[in-house]
Amino acid sequence: MSPAIPVPRFDHGSRVPGWDESVDLSKDPAVVPDPATTPVPEELRQQIERSMAKYPDRRSAVIPALHDAQHLHGWCSPEAIQQVAAVMQLTPAYLTSVATFYDMLETSPAPKGHHDVYVCTNISCSLRGADDLYEAMIAASAGHPEIDVRSFECLGACDIAPMASVDGEYIGPLDTGDPARIVEDLQAGRQVLEAKQLRFRKSADPGAAEGAGDSPIEPSTGEAEEDKR
Amino acid sequence: MKLLFAGIDEPGLNTLEVYERRGGYESLRKALAMAPDEVLASISDSGLRGRGGAGFRMGQKASFLPRGDMDKYLVCNADESEPGTFKDRELMQKSPHMLIEGIVIASWAAGINRAFIYIRGEYARQADILEAAIAEAETAGYIGEDILDSQHSLSLVLHRGAGAYICGEETGLLDSLEGKRGNPRLKPPFPAIEGLYHGPTLINNVETLCTVPHIIRMGGAEYAKLGTETSTGTKLVSVSGDVQRPGNYEIELGTPSREIIFDLAGGPPEGHEVKFWFPGGSSAPVLTKDDLDIPYDFDSLAKAGSMLGSGAIIVVDDSHTVLEVALKLAKFYAHESCGKCVPCREGTNWTVKMLQRIQSGDATPMDLDLMASVQEQIIGNCLCVLGDAMAMPVGSMVEKFRAELEAEIEAARERAGTGELEDVIPLGVADEYAGPIPVH
Repeated sequence: MSPAIPVPRFDHGSRVPGWDESVDLSKDPAVVPDPATTPVPEELRQQIERSMAKYPDRRSAVIPALHDAQHLHGWCSPEAIQQVAAVMQLTPAYLTSVATFYDMLETSPAPKGHHDVYVCTNISCSLRGADDLYEAMIAASAGHPEIDVRSFECLGACDIAPMASVDGEYIGPLDTGDPARIVEDLQAGRQVLEAKQLRFRKSADPGAAEGAGDSPIEPSTGEAEEDKR
Repeated sequence: MKLLFAGIDEPGLNTLEVYERRGGYESLRKALAMAPDEVLASISDSGLRGRGGAGFRMGQKASFLPRGDMDKYLVCNADESEPGTFKDRELMQKSPHMLIEGIVIASWAAGINRAFIYIRGEYARQADILEAAIAEAETAGYIGEDILDSQHSLSLVLHRGAGAYICGEETGLLDSLEGKRGNPRLKPPFPAIEGLYHGPTLINNVETLCTVPHIIRMGGAEYAKLGTETSTGTKLVSVSGDVQRPGNYEIELGTPSREIIFDLAGGPPEGHEVKFWFPGGSSAPVLTKDDLDIPYDFDSLAKAGSMLGSGAIIVVDDSHTVLEVALKLAKFYAHESCGKCVPCREGTNWTVKMLQRIQSGDATPMDLDLMASVQEQIIGNCLCVLGDAMAMPVGSMVEKFRAELEAEIEAARERAGTGELEDVIPLGVADEYAGPIPVH
């Protein structure tokens, strides 16, 4: 017989974290926070109220509200959740259950105003070297805690594989030399790898050019929408 | 023949001015002059099948909605997350008004006054463009009360998701739009009867709705002449992976697959050849190089044991191993499984473990049978098809590339020095060797 395969375990012998931490039944359950005693930044309150007004049911605004709170706090911190809960009149537990479901809502601490770099490592990108690109991106961003690099599932831009989304801007095709420039551009606060941005790319279909003007799509409209996130 | 992609690269097509100059919103005027039933009949005559994955006839789906005065909803599924698919992104980014026009016409046909576009959160730029286009259309009176002095009123809200593949599944999308975790619902009732906020809901993909204005312009019967008898019209195909010119191509359904992969997308790089390909996104069972002459349409691909799905061709050439692709695929579905149904939640994770076992040199050829049986247990046993979407391609890889996987098992055992086959600890028994599991 070959040696037994080691199974990772916690000190207390279980493979499940928190199995021995019982619920403190003497504590009150978290209730809907009282708007009168929960301070909420005015701008955030207005954003959430605007979102709620768009839907027949205010609950539909949960994702937009958490997005806004995350933008303000850097992540869906207990404080952020508390504020959203106060405005929307929902329990913090409900909001936490939603926040933990979605990949773009951060439930672990991240610095305020950080940059999101999602490197697509799904099939089409990995066939073209996305795993090496991800490694290079991690290496290039070492020492920059404000740049949050994550490998991401298919971002829907396999035509520019391997690619990454930097604060929502799609760039590609990238090679392993590009991550260093991405970090440079982010630090300088300028457009990231403008030459490789998806929005300037023409359709691959040769027939699509029929009837369209010959001039390339002007990279001019980008300035206004740049600061939206 | 280009419909959706005609002049798609024209600068400024995302603005109302250019879109109108190119004849935009003419179909809406024409549709509003017709009775809703006539519009619906035209869509039915066109034979248009859903472009999101299932290929269900749009006219039929719309006709399932109950008639009469009640809160009905139209939801445009723009949560394009199927690996390899990027057609809707290009449409929304370059021609957002085409989508809006399609939504207004479809809602008129089905008697709907509230519409939502659920766009995936990662498409931030596309969402900004759509939002601007919606505002323009509202100002111009294409959305709102009494559109173009007709009886039709419509409100349209853009809803941004937050990154979850499962929200592309229609009922998961509805839950997410209601502000919940995106867990799929039990069907029936189907969304056409009970969907968003318990109201009858028509859910269609971006490309499907974008096609509607063209159907109204041409007439349903004329549109049906394109493509094949059961797969009418044109289709955007996203070609990616090991091809020289990846991108979106608009083809007439029924075009030979070889023509798409080689003539349009340029085929695999010099010196390589196609090993296998996914015809309809990563959820479709793989086809091999012997299947390249199959016509690209719903029924021919179904007959070949695969599916057209979302219309995304991913080509894998001979420089990659089947194991590498299968593991990527399984990890993706394991990550994205919402965890509601056991066969999917457990099955996807076990498949990842079994594939990793092959890689680490701990597997035996027996594991392939176990893997195939796990896939069989997933298919058809869950509320939605996310589990099936892993089980079908992985199952097809085990079936079609068994010899290669067996050789890989051998080679990995050799590399790892795992020893003779009789020393193998069968999967699931390994825990006993790590000591007893404590009882709490």
